[in-house]
Amino acid sequence: MGGQVKFVQGNEACVEGALYAGLGFFAGYPITPSTEIAELLSARLPQKCGIFMQMEDEIASICAIIGASLTGNKAMTATSGPGFSLMQEALGFAVMAEIPCVIVDVQRGGPSTGLPTKLSQGDVNQARWGIHGDHAIVAMTASNHQDVFSITVDAFNFAETYRTPVILLFDEVIGHMRERLEIPPPGKLPLVERLKTSLPDGVDYHPYLPREDGRLPMSDFGGVHRYNVTGLFHDMWGFPSEDPKVVYGLMRHLTDKIEHHVDDLTRYREYYTEDAETLLISYGSSARSALHVVMNRRQRGERLGLLELQTLWPFPAALVREKAQNARYVVVVEMNMGQVLQSVKSAVERPDKVSLANQVDGTLITPTSILNILRIIQGRGV
Amino acid sequence: MSTREYIRERFFPHLWCPGCGHGIILNGLLHAVENIGLKKNDIVMVSGIGCSSRISGYLDFHTLHTIHGRALAFAAGVKMSRPELTLLVPMGDGDALSIGGNHFIHACRRNIDMTAIVMNNRVYGMTGGQYSPLSGYGTYATTAPYMNIDPDFDVVAMAVASGASFVARSTTYHIKQLTDVLEAAILHKGFSVVEVMSQCPTYFGRKNKEGSASEMMERFKTRTTPIGSREKLADSSLIERGIFVNREAPEYCDEYHNIIERATKGK
Repeated sequence: MGGQVKFVQGNEACVEGALYAGLGFFAGYPITPSTEIAELLSARLPQKCGIFMQMEDEIASICAIIGASLTGNKAMTATSGPGFSLMQEALGFAVMAEIPCVIVDVQRGGPSTGLPTKLSQGDVNQARWGIHGDHAIVAMTASNHQDVFSITVDAFNFAETYRTPVILLFDEVIGHMRERLEIPPPGKLPLVERLKTSLPDGVDYHPYLPREDGRLPMSDFGGVHRYNVTGLFHDMWGFPSEDPKVVYGLMRHLTDKIEHHVDDLTRYREYYTEDAETLLISYGSSARSALHVVMNRRQRGERLGLLELQTLWPFPAALVREKAQNARYVVVVEMNMGQVLQSVKSAVERPDKVSLANQVDGTLITPTSILNILRIIQGRGV
Repeated sequence: MSTREYIRERFFPHLWCPGCGHGIILNGLLHAVENIGLKKNDIVMVSGIGCSSRISGYLDFHTLHTIHGRALAFAAGVKMSRPELTLLVPMGDGDALSIGGNHFIHACRRNIDMTAIVMNNRVYGMTGGQYSPLSGYGTYATTAPYMNIDPDFDVVAMAVASGASFVARSTTYHIKQLTDVLEAAILHKGFSVVEVMSQCPTYFGRKNKEGSASEMMERFKTRTTPIGSREKLADSSLIERGIFVNREAPEYCDEYHNIIERATKGK
């Protein structure tokens, strides 16, 4: 069977990616600008014998997908800023109990109800630090619908590989803009299926004992192995423990399983980074404007380059350091007050050469705006 | 299978205080499960947070000890994914009806086949005796040193009004009735609510000068009455026990199965 070409919204590209990856359970609560994901899945999932539930709120939604995931289902929810705030506690539970699931946040302006139908990239730090307590997290984004599709597939694969929640941070322009999407034929993109324990009935199963390769084989709820899942610090059987050795060991495990695999988890695109005197770093819809500036200025002989990040957490610090090494100016283009800027500054050798080209008025930062800011940064005046 | 086989013995002794009613509920629940003849692999227990919710750790089922107030939402995901499993959802009173109030009423409305057990000791035990939405006006708690002015809920009335298809109440004194009620609740096809009045001598009892655990249980005996009894007509302050609602209603997993049939028709 061949692929399929569609003209879709970004939200629909995400739905197609999730279904391609094997989504079996979706629970959500309507919120702009993510709602189309729920609407589309309410029609598509039952056609594949999957389950769609509209819950009473976002808290219930993420709790339900965690429950569904424990039975072996690939599960997802979708929301926007305020709903994502409500999900933080259960997101922490999924981190602690190591439950694979995908949380889509189609960002809008904030804080609070903010700008429901307008654009923002303001949840980058919420994705990283919204949960209380130390932890590692995976959060990804994309700037075009083809990438939205493949990053969504990646998200499910990472969730299953690392037994972790994965966050997809899209933005309103990506969610609602329409463009071409080519859906690859089944089997073209590799899918990671849940690693199930091979232990037979009657053998002591440790749900939290990593194999040599770091992966934790799971047993479905309802299967032959009965175990305990808790948000408390727990031992390798899943039972609550306050033993300092157990607590420290689990903390290290939760952090290391993500932080030690930054290379595997990192997705990015680069344009003319090799000889860039001015390196732009951007992501999501702002990367489209940044790319326009780079292409336009290259034609005029200016040495501009773009590093487009698709994995925001764990932050690919080594990659950023390497790409920014020879640039005279590093300019982070984003639609917030400088959330990725801080990570870039701590990644590069000379933080003083890093500047911010941002826009936080709910509208898309245009190539002209970026160019004007660039000229100031480069000391050439507008 | 004897009730002892349902227990994870290595996790005993439990953490409940001497005199706590929750162990009696555990006992009643195990007898109900045993009477029905459920297999351990077929049961998923989902609990919230607090003294009540530690019950899941002690039982050799598939157990999910979640976050405060959200047990029913987690359970919905499990049951919808695996409708053949039996879902037991023990919660505390604050867990079920304060922080979890919204999930509670919507679970009643939705009618997913599971059994919600509200272990009502009228106090937040694990955090040290603060008042709960079921403590009631005029009670005392560590956060109500001058008297609690928050009126309480009637769990049963709320569950009935929210559309639960099975609603019952019992107490730790009435262990035989409790076991029967839990058995009927588990067997009921739909969302079942069982409120169990449980004693917390350590906090509620002490703060409200209700005496020892046995004195508190004695009060369950004298202050409650079977549904529709003559005593209730004479004294309206008596709390009724028994099964208030047991009716057939479309079960959500079944209904969703029909949705799948509609969506896949002709495919």
